[in-house]
Amino acid sequence: MPTLTIDGVEIEVEAGATVLQACEQAGKEVPRFCYHDRLNIAGNCRMCLVEMEKSPKPIASCAMPVGDGMVIHTNTPQVQKAREGVMEFLLINHPLDCPICDQGGECDLQDQAMAYGLDHSRYRENKRAVTDKDLGPLVKTVMTRCIHCTRCIRFATEIAGVEELGALGRGEHMEISNYVEQALSSELSGNIIDLCPVGALTSKPYAFTARSWELNTTETIDTHDAVGSNIRVDARGRTILRVLPRLHEDINEEWISDKARFANDGLRRQRLDRPYVRRDGRLHAASWDEAFSAIAERLKSTDGTRMAAIAGDQACAESMVVLKDLMAALGSPHIDCRQDGAKLDASIRSSYLFNTTISGIEDADACLMIGTNPRWEAALVNARLRKRYLAGGFRVLSVGPQPDLTFPVEVLGAGPDTLSAFGNGTHEAAQVLTNAERPMVIVGQGALAREDGAAVLGAARRIAENSNAVRDDWNGFNVLHTAAARVAGLDLGLVPGEGGRDVAGIIDGAAKGEIDAVFLLGADEIDVAAMGEAFVIYLGHHGDKGAGRADVVLPGAAYVEKNATWVNTEGRVQLGHRAVFPPGDAREDWAIIRALSEVMGCTLPYDDLGSVRRRMAEVAETFNIIDVIQPAPWGQFGSDAAPDAEPFTTPIDDFYMTDAICRSSETMAACSVQILGNGSKATGIHG
Amino acid sequence: MSANQTPFEFTQALRSAADKIVAKYPEGRQASAVLPLLDLVQRQNGGWVTTDMMSAVAEFLDMAPIRVYEVASFYTMINLEPVGETVVEVCTTTPCWLRGCDGIVQACEETLGIGLGETSADGRFTLREVECLGACVNAPIVKINDDYYEDLDPDRTRAILDSISRGAAPPPGSQTGRKTSAPASGPTTLSASAGDS
Repeated sequence: MPTLTIDGVEIEVEAGATVLQACEQAGKEVPRFCYHDRLNIAGNCRMCLVEMEKSPKPIASCAMPVGDGMVIHTNTPQVQKAREGVMEFLLINHPLDCPICDQGGECDLQDQAMAYGLDHSRYRENKRAVTDKDLGPLVKTVMTRCIHCTRCIRFATEIAGVEELGALGRGEHMEISNYVEQALSSELSGNIIDLCPVGALTSKPYAFTARSWELNTTETIDTHDAVGSNIRVDARGRTILRVLPRLHEDINEEWISDKARFANDGLRRQRLDRPYVRRDGRLHAASWDEAFSAIAERLKSTDGTRMAAIAGDQACAESMVVLKDLMAALGSPHIDCRQDGAKLDASIRSSYLFNTTISGIEDADACLMIGTNPRWEAALVNARLRKRYLAGGFRVLSVGPQPDLTFPVEVLGAGPDTLSAFGNGTHEAAQVLTNAERPMVIVGQGALAREDGAAVLGAARRIAENSNAVRDDWNGFNVLHTAAARVAGLDLGLVPGEGGRDVAGIIDGAAKGEIDAVFLLGADEIDVAAMGEAFVIYLGHHGDKGAGRADVVLPGAAYVEKNATWVNTEGRVQLGHRAVFPPGDAREDWAIIRALSEVMGCTLPYDDLGSVRRRMAEVAETFNIIDVIQPAPWGQFGSDAAPDAEPFTTPIDDFYMTDAICRSSETMAACSVQILGNGSKATGIHG
Repeated sequence: MSANQTPFEFTQALRSAADKIVAKYPEGRQASAVLPLLDLVQRQNGGWVTTDMMSAVAEFLDMAPIRVYEVASFYTMINLEPVGETVVEVCTTTPCWLRGCDGIVQACEETLGIGLGETSADGRFTLREVECLGACVNAPIVKINDDYYEDLDPDRTRAILDSISRGAAPPPGSQTGRKTSAPASGPTTLSASAGDS
């Protein structure tokens, strides 16, 4: 390990590190624009100049590898002068429009100009002006502000895997552009807004909305997919204005998907802000008392076994455990959290988790995907797979429909017959897994949410076992979920009890009149029209499909409006925090179910969040430990039956329209039209 | 810049020429052929490339279209807009400037009736100012299509342009008769043949 001296302090750093990294390790701040520790080194902004002894001129520390015995100075007059020179050149063509720039207040250039900028300009000529580019509905461009750090180009090329941005022209005429004006076709495009050190790339939906210092920041968890990305929510007053990523190395690193970032305008539309009761075929606004008494009156003579409950895709663990206890108290075994009908078994935890973990993908050396499109189902898992692919020596095989995942995938076949051939070793690619040291298998909901899901799950388990993917030091069996609520639901046992019905059974029973009442906890992704004459109670936050069918609507809280727990696809328990209060009369979901239990005559013993959380830990002890993945024991799961021949499908047909919040979001609607070309599909937004 | 121009496809002849160029580079490094290929399609299209042609090159070389746009916009030899049949490029960098390129520019402008960066109405000539052409010994220089015309003065420049506009092809190279970049005043060494001594 080379030893070098930085500002008189000797420090030992890893070989291959750069001088800038060594300076950081020594606690010295080095200004930079183009350098970013997750992107390739470009070395073109020159802001990170430091003085190196025996070098005739300052060196760009980001691009200089450390050497043994180097003597570096970061705070000499020469360094200060060199950086001032760089800053002066950068500011020559940078407009003085900070007062109307959305980056103002959180701008690297503004901040660093405080330290290295001159108090006046010596430049008397005309500044250059650059035409703005159209990068689609998410990223707003003011290209005159661009300082050509090329971070956006490198992000698009390296991490997002869409080579659509480039540097056109040269010298003073260089421009960042996509040349042909079209929306960026990446699910991670919003991250270039965070990466841009100036105001060239800003958020289009958030444009001219607020200043960074006016916002209240809350750290919480995203629930638009099952990744559990760590986010921070910025709100002013009662309005959420933007969502930004928060660093979590094991989940989302410092990126989030565009859905997590931009769907928040959906929280302001189509909200359920008061209870509704259906009278004469129409929903009428009501008070909580009226809503509860309508439920009590309708259900007082109904037997518990004729009631059922379905938990939706974004439900929090708190509301699900209270719902489970309510159904148990009513004597109903008909409860299910698997809206999509996935044939997952709640008894063996490892059978429904992403056991390898997201950061564990980086240790894998071969991957078999079964009926999944991670790019849409979990954009950040896909980014991690791409990161692993870029590191080299990673073969990805796939059975099922396979769109462009931004890295090469060998498609073996479309359905279960390929899987069977793969399983019994007759498929030519089978040895890719068996020869791999740390193989992984990813099973998507497209392979599980079908009649023969259990057989597919069993086949996947056997493939994992036969290729030695499950052993003490490695578990390569993974289920990739699409719903933030699913793992917590399975952990808490929201599956049909003895003689209980699953989602399909509940809907079927409701249609046939065998189920009289259905409780929907934010469940919108089911065939709500098929529930016949059943009395439907909908507890949720958006007037979506479920509320449209309901007889009583109880307004709940969306994910950023409650202190709640979610478990991501890896089985990682994470706490979300309330950023704003729910609108109007809406309340936290678990409290509504608790109040409902009293009305139904079987009062549940939960009076505060603490008692609900103690109950969660009682049901599943994994809830005791936050943010640390608990080992899940292996077992026999899935069925040995042969799956059908029908090809796998993908569970998501529009990345931007997967839940009630997205469907209410104008931004997501614009993305669906402009990026995916779903022009003819009318959404709720189109009125 | 919009993408809706005439679709472009490689002709059979062009494809085989392109294959030959690509074959010069190692396996997996075919993207290195992007400049020769851009030159090839530019020649086929009368001196400029369209977005669709660049996209076709990208597809042929299995690279992202933006990478081809980057290359094409970087090099001034690749024209992204239509040019005249004859492209006259006057070097105005320091050595040529010291040797009187201002007069050459003026001669070109007068003879062709167009200014720098313009194309004549009949589409025959485009006049451009370029940076160093790399033949400073023979300054001042004008590049006309693929040929260098060296050791110019305003009169010689007018003569060359006149003869080109009459359809002739004046001989390229030094216009004072010196061989390549030999000293302007005649040989200073090896001035006599071996038999003389």
